[in-house]
Amino acid sequence: MTVETKLALTGEDVRSYSEANMEPAWLSDKRQKAHALAETLALPKPDKTKIQNWNFTEFPVHTVKDEPLTGLAELPQEARALVDIENQQNIYVQRNNTPAYTKISEELKEQGVIITDIFTAAREYPELVEKHFMTEAVKVDEHKLTALHAALMNGGVFVYVPKGVEVKEPVQVLFLHDSEEASLFNHVLVVAEDNSSLTYVENYLSLVPGSKGLANIISEVIAKDGARVDYGAVDVLSEGFTSYINRRGIAGRDTVIEWSLGMMNDCDSIYENVTHLVGNGSRSEAKSVLVGRGRQKQNITTKIIHWGMDSEGHILQHGVMKDEASTIFNGIGKIEHGATRSNAEQESRVLMLSEKARGDANPILLIDEDDVTAGHAASVGRVDELQLYYLMSRGIAKAEAERLIVRGFLAPVVTQLPIEGVKKQLTEVIERKVR
Amino acid sequence: MSTLEIKGLHVEIEGKEILKGVDLTLNTNEIHAVMGPNGTGKSTLASAIMGHPKYEVTAGTVTLDGEDVLEMEVDERAQAGLFLAMQYPSEISGVTNADFLRSAINAKREEGEEISLMKFIRELDSKMEVLEMDPDMAQRYLNEGFSGGEKKRNEILQLMMLKPKFAILDEIDSGLDIDALKVVSKGVNEMRGEGFGCLIITHYQRLLNYITPDKVHVMMQGRVVKSGGPELAQKLEAEGYDWVKEELGIEDETVGQEA
Repeated sequence: MTVETKLALTGEDVRSYSEANMEPAWLSDKRQKAHALAETLALPKPDKTKIQNWNFTEFPVHTVKDEPLTGLAELPQEARALVDIENQQNIYVQRNNTPAYTKISEELKEQGVIITDIFTAAREYPELVEKHFMTEAVKVDEHKLTALHAALMNGGVFVYVPKGVEVKEPVQVLFLHDSEEASLFNHVLVVAEDNSSLTYVENYLSLVPGSKGLANIISEVIAKDGARVDYGAVDVLSEGFTSYINRRGIAGRDTVIEWSLGMMNDCDSIYENVTHLVGNGSRSEAKSVLVGRGRQKQNITTKIIHWGMDSEGHILQHGVMKDEASTIFNGIGKIEHGATRSNAEQESRVLMLSEKARGDANPILLIDEDDVTAGHAASVGRVDELQLYYLMSRGIAKAEAERLIVRGFLAPVVTQLPIEGVKKQLTEVIERKVR
Repeated sequence: MSTLEIKGLHVEIEGKEILKGVDLTLNTNEIHAVMGPNGTGKSTLASAIMGHPKYEVTAGTVTLDGEDVLEMEVDERAQAGLFLAMQYPSEISGVTNADFLRSAINAKREEGEEISLMKFIRELDSKMEVLEMDPDMAQRYLNEGFSGGEKKRNEILQLMMLKPKFAILDEIDSGLDIDALKVVSKGVNEMRGEGFGCLIITHYQRLLNYITPDKVHVMMQGRVVKSGGPELAQKLEAEGYDWVKEELGIEDETVGQEA
C-alpha cells in the first residue's frame, strides 16, 4: 500500500528554491523528480526500530538566513575550540543553511583541489558534481528519505581531490546549528580520484539546546583506484531534531576508506554507514561510537559489502547506554559471489549503565562466496565487576573508575581523529553525556 | 609504625568456606611470606583483605592501625595504605598505563594538589628503568596484550609509584623466568624499609632467595598452621610440606578448592 504524504514544501516551492540558487537544470530536474518520489515512496525499514511514527517530513522553515563569517575568529566560543585558528589551512564552515566561511590553501588550489559549498560546486563544476551526486553511492529513489533529501537539500560541501594529489593537512568542516527553526538537509560529496589521498573531518554542532527541525543528511565518498580517504565525524545535534544520517562510500581497486564516527546526538537518530568495496584489494575500517541518554531512540547500521576480490572489511561499533535510552546496533558484513579471499570482521559491544536502558547488538554475516574468512563478536553487558575492582584497588573511586572504563571503551574512535580540537571535543562530549 | 592485623578471619566464596580462622599480624618494616601448597587459601586471604567482590567475610576482623578495613570500600582500603599485586590483573582497553597511574596517584591527593605532569613522567621513567620495562609500556593500554611477565612487572611498577604502607604480592613469581624474578625482586627490595610492610604469597621458596622474609607462615586447610623465620622457607624447599602435615596430623591440606 502506498500512502501519499503531503509534504511541507510543494514542488513549486522546490523549483523556486532551485531558481534562487541558480541551480543547473540537471539538479533542479533531479529535485523535481525526487519531490514527486518523496510523496509516494515508503520510509526505510531499519532493523528492529519502528519509525513509522517518527516525524521526517514536518519542519518549521526550509531555510534560515544567516550572515557569513568574515573570519574564523568570529566563530562562537564552542566552535572555536574545534579549530586551530592560526594553522588550519583548509576549512568550510556552514552556519545553519548558510555557507559562512571557506578557506583553502594556495598549494591545494594550484593542485586542483576543490573545497566549496555544494551549490557553488553544482554551478561551477557541473560535470563533476552531476556525475557523482546521488548516482552511485546513494540513489534518489531508494526510499522516502533519500528522495526527500534530494528534493530539500539546503546545504553541504563538495571536496574534490584530483589524480595523484595527496592532501596532507586534514580538511575540516563545521556544520553549526544555532537556530531552533533550522533544518539540515546537508549533502557532502567527496570525490578522490586515482591514487589521491584525503583526510576529512566534520563536526555537526548544535549551539542551541533544542530544535524543532529535521536533519536529513547524506554523505557520499567516491574513492577511486588506489585512493585513500579517512573520514572522521563527530555529531552533536541537540534534542528535538529527528535525524537521518547516511554516510556511504565506494572504494575502487586497492582503495582504502576509513570511517571514524562519533555519534553523540541528543536526538532520535537513524544512522546508516555503508561501504561498497568494489575494487579488488580494497579495504575499509568502519568505527563508530555512540552514547545514548535520556529517552533517546537510535538505530545504527554499519554495513560493508564486499564485491572485489581480496577485499578487507572491519566493523567496530561501541555503544554506551544510560537512563532510558534505547539503541539497536546492526553490523552487517556481506560478501558477494566472486569476492574470493575477502575477509569480513566485526565487533559490536554495548555497555549498559542503567537498568532501564536498552541496547541490542545484531551481528550479521551474509556470505555468497566459498573462499572467504569472516568473524564477529558481539556483547551487551554492564561495566565489568573485576575491572572496577582492579581500578578501585589502586585507590580510584568507583565513579572515576567507571568513567575511565567508559572512556577506554569509546577510545577507538577518539584516537583516530586527526584534529586535536575535535579529539578533545569528542572526549569532553563523552564525559558530559555519560556523567 | 603501622600494623595490619588479621584475626579469626573466615571467608566464603559462593557459599563455600575457604578461610577458617586466619590470624596474622604484619608491621611496617617487615616482610612476611605466606607459603603453602595449592588450594590452601593463600590467594583467598589476599583477595579478602583487598575486598574482591566475590569473597564474603563471614567472621573475624582485619584492621589497619585499629581501623576496620572490612567496613571500607575497595578504594578506601587503597587510600588507607593497602595494595594488592594481583595474580590475574584485569585488562582495560583504551586506558593507557600512564593515564591510569596518574589517576591513581591523584586519587590519593587533594584537589589542586595533583602531581605535576613533569614530576610524574620523571618518576615513571625511573621506576620503569629499575624494572627494565620498555618505555612504550607507559602508552600501551592497561595490561592489554601484556605477556604474563609484563603484567607482573606492571603490578610492581604500580606498587612503586603508589607507595602503599602494606603490599600483598599474590604469587607475583608465578610464570616468571629467573631474570624477570630478579627484576621484580629488585623492585620490591627498593621499597623495603621504614614505613613499608609486605606479605608475599608464594608456592615456592625461590622468590625468597632474592627477597629475604622476616617471617614465614604456612597455610593449610584455610588457616595459618605454622610460623617461623626464613629458615622455615628453606626447610620447606628442601623437604616439601609432608613433614608439616605429619607434625600436625593433617591428611588433606586443601580446603577442597583451588584458591
